[in-house]
Parts: sequence; structure tokens; C-alpha cells
Amino acid sequence: MASLTITINGESRTITAAPETPLLWVLRDELGMVGTKFGCGIGQCGSCTVHLDGNAVRSCQLPVSALEGKKITTIEGLSEAGDHPVQVAWKEVDVPQCGYCQAGQIMTASAFLAQNPSPSSEEIRNAMHGNICRCASYNRIEKAVAQAAQNS
Amino acid sequence: MENNQKLTFSRRGFIKTSALAGGGMLIGFNLFQACKEAAQPPVDIASLNFNDFNAFIKISDDGYVTIFSPNPEIGQGVKTSMPMIIAEELDVPWEKVHVAQGILDTKNYQRQVAGGSQSIRFGWDALRQTGATAKQMLINAAAAQWGVDASTCSASQGVITNANGDSLHYGQVVNQAAGLEVPENVTLKETKDYTIIGTDTRNVDIDEIITGKPLFGLDYTAEGMVYASVMRPPAFGNALESFDDADARAVAGVIDVVSYDNKIAVLANNTWAAMQGKKALKAIWKADGTLESTADHDRILNEILDGNSFDTRREDGDVAAAFAAADEVVERTYESPFLPHNCMEPMNFYANVTADRIHLVGPIQTPAGTAARVAQLLDRNAEEVHLEMTRMGGGFGRRLYGDFVMDAAQISNLAQKPVKVVYSREDDMTAGIYRPAIKYRIAASLKDGEITGYHLKEAAINSNMYGLIPHFFPAGAISNYKVDTANYQSNITIGAWRAPYTNFLAFAEQTFFDEIAGKLGKDAVQMRLDLLENVKDNTDENIQYSGKRMQDTIRLAAEKGGWGNAPEGVYQGFSAYYSHNTHVAELAEVEIENGYPVVKRVTVAVDCGIVVNPLGAKNQIEGGVIDGIGHAMYGDFGFDNGRPTSNNYDTYRLIRMKETPQVDTYFVDNGLSPTGLGEPALPPAGAAIANAIHAATGQRLMKQPFVNDLEPAKMKEVIGFTVPLPGQMENC
Repeated sequence: MASLTITINGESRTITAAPETPLLWVLRDELGMVGTKFGCGIGQCGSCTVHLDGNAVRSCQLPVSALEGKKITTIEGLSEAGDHPVQVAWKEVDVPQCGYCQAGQIMTASAFLAQNPSPSSEEIRNAMHGNICRCASYNRIEKAVAQAAQNS
Repeated sequence: MENNQKLTFSRRGFIKTSALAGGGMLIGFNLFQACKEAAQPPVDIASLNFNDFNAFIKISDDGYVTIFSPNPEIGQGVKTSMPMIIAEELDVPWEKVHVAQGILDTKNYQRQVAGGSQSIRFGWDALRQTGATAKQMLINAAAAQWGVDASTCSASQGVITNANGDSLHYGQVVNQAAGLEVPENVTLKETKDYTIIGTDTRNVDIDEIITGKPLFGLDYTAEGMVYASVMRPPAFGNALESFDDADARAVAGVIDVVSYDNKIAVLANNTWAAMQGKKALKAIWKADGTLESTADHDRILNEILDGNSFDTRREDGDVAAAFAAADEVVERTYESPFLPHNCMEPMNFYANVTADRIHLVGPIQTPAGTAARVAQLLDRNAEEVHLEMTRMGGGFGRRLYGDFVMDAAQISNLAQKPVKVVYSREDDMTAGIYRPAIKYRIAASLKDGEITGYHLKEAAINSNMYGLIPHFFPAGAISNYKVDTANYQSNITIGAWRAPYTNFLAFAEQTFFDEIAGKLGKDAVQMRLDLLENVKDNTDENIQYSGKRMQDTIRLAAEKGGWGNAPEGVYQGFSAYYSHNTHVAELAEVEIENGYPVVKRVTVAVDCGIVVNPLGAKNQIEGGVIDGIGHAMYGDFGFDNGRPTSNNYDTYRLIRMKETPQVDTYFVDNGLSPTGLGEPALPPAGAAIANAIHAATGQRLMKQPFVNDLEPAKMKEVIGFTVPLPGQMENC
């Protein structure tokens, strides 16, 4: 067990965890921030996606020991009022079915659009390919990402 | 059966109202079936329970309406669409409606199950009737206040008006209405007057979902709760001989280790520690039954199909005579693997077993049956079991089975702690409940350019097609018709998987007909329309699909998708299937890219009667079609000496964004009563794309997943999708 200080959604948080503990479980079980979801535990499904210094990463593959001095953003901190352009587009398009994977989808999309604000349709499909939606709301995810790009 | 315009109903004692202590009115009612004469609803909203009623509406004196949605939400949209039906007849603006998930106490309530795509179909009458009854009571209260006859008053958008031009909003009369007698008969709206039903309405939980609020079972926590990770036998046919938990107990955060029913559970103060503790367990397993492999199943199912031991589920005319007299008999065998459900939210449940109460919380499609099983398992009184449902991160049939609830209850009972059991993805994929592997052999006799006989044989693992499936198309369309089933009893656990049986049967049948159409030189769509003509005068009550409705649905898909008018380089495939009371037709388009066929677009026509929420309905259909394509194309799961051949997404492939076609949905507009949508778009998808692939390449696909047979070298490149390491994620 080690005591670590990490920055999450702009706040400095001190946590006690084994250094190899993935950020995902620290967020969910230690900090009670359950918006970031567990899907596969091997970085294949994207449900646990968060931003690490602005890049979309899989929090299930990210040991907390690697995070000192880094900035983490989770779905809870993406916007103050749930009005990030990607969230707004998600709502306008009414993307979710079960909704479980959507936080990860939104975090992938928002990091992608920050780096590529005017993507082509093919770039959107490439960017979102790593996130599984078992309900297969893929048509709407694609549409919402395009709409978010237009709106922002 | 198909008549929607039944304008008056008798309440038959299933609606009761009470005045709420703080003002307002509470209406309790029973969906799906009129049950015993019920008690009064509580006057205190905090004491809501679902013993006497399974649904409640609260009308507050500020005019706002809260609808306690009774059915579990697994992503099928009923938490939005069912309240829309109430709000329509209550005639209240949707902006003034708040929808809350009813916390379900499992004693005595009726149908609180998500399964079989039946929530809307069964709830349609009761939901409308309840809304209309409440509206009439509000009108009656206003009429009494004005001293006029209620028949001279009307209500719209939450406001009651009379002939003199006076108006009162619902909140102003709700306290008086609560004291009135419930009217015996009410009049329902005509379809043309709907203002909420038929309008695009967003998922009522959308704000919580997009901001990551705790909604799901996995998000639930309670005071003192610990986490458990369960090790199960690695193979079907294994049992636990012994285990050593010293290393597991040494993992930081691990609290306890308990064992039951050939399983070992590691308890810890966080999920990660519990999972690490499980990995540190040393268990020795022994044989306890046969260790089956996919090769065994393949051989056994073929032997069944080649044999003569079948149970006949439907027989019309004389198939043998038709075959004997045929110009040609065409016989094909279609094969499908086991499939895991793979809900994105892995199985999990909370249990707190104490001396006086068993508290269960989590995602489950069958709360009542599961609560009863827990009581039986722990030899406790059913009255002591309290089960609450959460939103579910997917179901697909998997959460009909309460095995993970039994785990939670057992572990909490043994450890005497509140416990959350969390399956890893590997647990979720290997611990069982699978769609069974099935083979269909279909033979048809052709004579003088027509199909004269049809014989379907099913060989499945552990169970067979059920209910009315043997009476689906082409029953009634071909005069000599026979359906035979048989199964092999395996120790691999199977269960319902989205659109059970039809998820593969539809592929077999609809690709078979495509091939027959080719042999007869007929247009694949016209041949289906011609066959359906034979069912138009059907009087067999087992045949519930409608020849006319299916024809209309097929024509709509063909017209909207441009059947027969594909541009150069675009290849079309057609499929149509009735299941879960809904008629669906799909036209798939395939193009060749880099040498292999790619599905680019699917045009879907659906007859589900009145579409309550088109926005949600289209989401179900898009998802169902893509899910159907994904599993037909990639879903591959088998066993090697009892062990599942894959256990996570590095070895098991689900459809992803780049493999997804555009899905365009059209509804047949006929004003008939609504039917379900959670499942019926899936079954036709596999044949639609297989038939389009045949049109593109000449290859007939008869075995799922297609990826194993289709241009193997090129298709498999896509599997090699690798996940970037942290920091390399910019473009995924």
C-alpha cells in the first residue's frame, strides 16, 4: 500500500492503494466515482476510457503509480453541467440504449475531437472503433460525434 | 386480436386511488393482468410498495405527474415508452411528467419481467386505461366544482375546460379528484388524436447516462459492503477437489475466502484486490462428468440429423409423398455455435443476508423468480427476501438467470457481510449460460417450378424451439410441411439469448428460400410475396403471423431499399421474418472492398403496429440489425475438453464501428396495437447479409460465424485490431 496524490477533474486527491492498482478501481471503489465503467479489464472494450493529460486512455490498464503529476479527467469532470459539446450531441441524437458503455464512448469522442475538430466520416469511424457498444448504437455514436464536431 | 380501436373499457377493479398526505393523488394499478381486488394505495409516497399494485402514478397539486415505471430497463426503452402511453391518455404535457423506476419489492407483484419483447404489447391496454381513468376523475372533480355535467367538460395538456370557457389545471382539482369514485368506464383516444404517442421522445435517463451518474448494479454501494470475486470450475465437467488460499489471503485488501458448490470466493475491500486474490488461489479440479468439445457436438448433432429420432412439432399434408413426387429435392444444413451474451456490464449483484432479512440489489430481468430461489437456497421464508432492481447494462437474455444472485446470497450468508459479487469479463464469458449450438437441416421438394414440400429438422444442445415457433413462416404457406426437433443433453448450461432459436432459425430459413428462389428462377422478393398469399385466409390459430402484414412489410422494405435497382457494384440480399409478434423485412447491400464483401447499408421495414416512441424504436431496430450482423459474422465460441475456447475480447470478436453498416428504418403505418421491438429486428439480419454476399461473390454461407469461411486471410486482418497503449490513443 502506498499513499499517492493524483489530480482528478482539477482536484488533488490523496489515495491509498497498491501501486499497481489500475486507476479504474481507484476511481470506482476508493473515490466513489463510478461513471467510469468496467467492461473487460484488458483494454479492449473502451468502457473505462478517461483522459490522461487530454489523451483518451484505458483506465483499467493504467497503474495509479504512473499518475503522479498527471491530469486525469473522468466523465464526471468532462463538463460542469453535462453540456460538453459531445454530451449535448449525445443527448440530441439520443444515442444510448442500455447506456453502460456511453461514458467511455463520450470520453473517447471528446479527446478525439479536441485533437481533430473537423474529422471526416472515416476518421470518426476509426477513432470510435476501439469502443464496443454491445447494444450496437453505432449509427448514433457516429452521428453524434459528427454533430458535436459541427456544434463546437 | 389486431383491433386497436376498442374505445371503452371496464376498470374491473384494477385501479385504486388515494389522497396523498401532503396533497395530490396516488393511483395504483396493475399492468398485464387484472389481479385480485387490491387494497388502497398508501397515502404516504415513502411507503410505496408494489405488493398490491405493480405500477403507480402520482399527480401532485402543482400539476406535475410522476410515473413509477414498473418494468426493468435493460436498454429496450420501456422506462420511456410505457410512461408515454399513460401520459397520452392522461393528456398531460410530457414536460410535466417525471419518470421514476419503481423500487421493486418482489412479493406478490405481477409481470415485472423484461423478456420476450412483450412489455409494450401486454401493457398497452392497461396503461391507456389507467391514464384515461385518472383524466376522467380530474374532469369529474372540475365538473363538480363548477356544478356542470362532466360530459360538457374536456381536458387537454393538463387543463380542464367547460362549455362556459372556464378552465382549471389538474393540480387545482387533484385533491378533490382523489376522493371521487373510480369511474367504471372510460373512453380512450382515437389514434389520430395522439400527441405524445408517435412523437420522438428522448430516453428519460439520458442526462444521468451522459454525465456518469450511478445507475447500474455495478455502481451500487452500501455501508460496510465488501467485494467478492468467484473462482468456478475451469471446465464443464470439473468439480473442486481441494484448494490452497494462503497466497490469496496474503494479497493486500483480501478479507476472507469462502467456498461453496465447487466454487471459491475471495472477499476484499475493493474489486481489484478481490480479483487479484482470486488469481492467487491454487485450486485442484477433478473430473466430474464428460469433458465435451466442439468437435463432439458437431459429430453428435450431425448424427441426430442423420437419424430418425425426432419429436414432430407440426405436420401438414404429406411431406414424404411430396418429396417422392418431386422433380428435385434440395437439402441444406446450417450450423451455429454456442454464443455468450456479453452484456457490457458484467454480471454482478449485491446481497446482505442477515438474521431477519435478505436484501438483494442489482440488475436482474426476473426479480420475482430470483427472490424465490434465494429464499429456497438459504432455506428462508420468502417474506424475508427484498429485491431491488437497478438499471441494467444490457441483458440479451443473460439476466433472466439468477446464478450470480445465488453467488452473492451464498457468499454473504457464509461471510456474514454485505457483499457485492463482481464477475470479471472472463468469469462472465466462461461461467456459462450460452445460446446453444444448433444445426438445422432443411429440405424442400420442387415440382413444376413450385415448392411442394418443406421439412425442417432441428438438432440442438439441451433444448429445442418452443411455443409457436414451429408455426412460423412457411407454416401455412406450403401445404406439405413438417418440423422435427431433437436435442442432445450436455452438461454445458444454455439459456435464452436475444430472440431465442429464431436468432439462427431465421438465417437458415431465409437463406434457404433465397437459394430456392434462385433455383426456380424467381425473384427472391416476389417468391416470398407469392408464398404469403397462401396464408391470407389462414384460420389456424397457431399461425399468428399475418400473410398480409408480412407482404406489406416486405413491399415497404423492397420499395425503400430499391430492390432490384442496385447501382453498379452494389449487391442486394433480402430477408423477412416474423417473431415476437412483429413483422420485419430487411434489405442488405454489400460492396466489395479490397477483395472482400462489406455490408454498407441495411434498409429495414417493421410492422410493430403503432410506434409509441419512434426515436427509441429506431434505436432498438438499428441495434438489433447490427447485433444480428455482428454475431452472424463474427460470433465464435466453442469448447475444448469442457473449457470455453475464448474468455475475453482479445479472443472473442464483437462487431465494432468500422464493420457497422448504415441502418435505415421505415415503419408500416397501420394503426394496429403495438408489439415488441427488443428482439425481432435481429433474426432476419444474418440471412439478409448472407444473401447479399451470395449476390456479390456467389458464395453460399451456411455456417456461422461467416468470418471463418469468408475470404479468410483478408477478413482476419481486421481481427488483429490492437489496442494502443496509454499515450498512443490520439487516433485510437
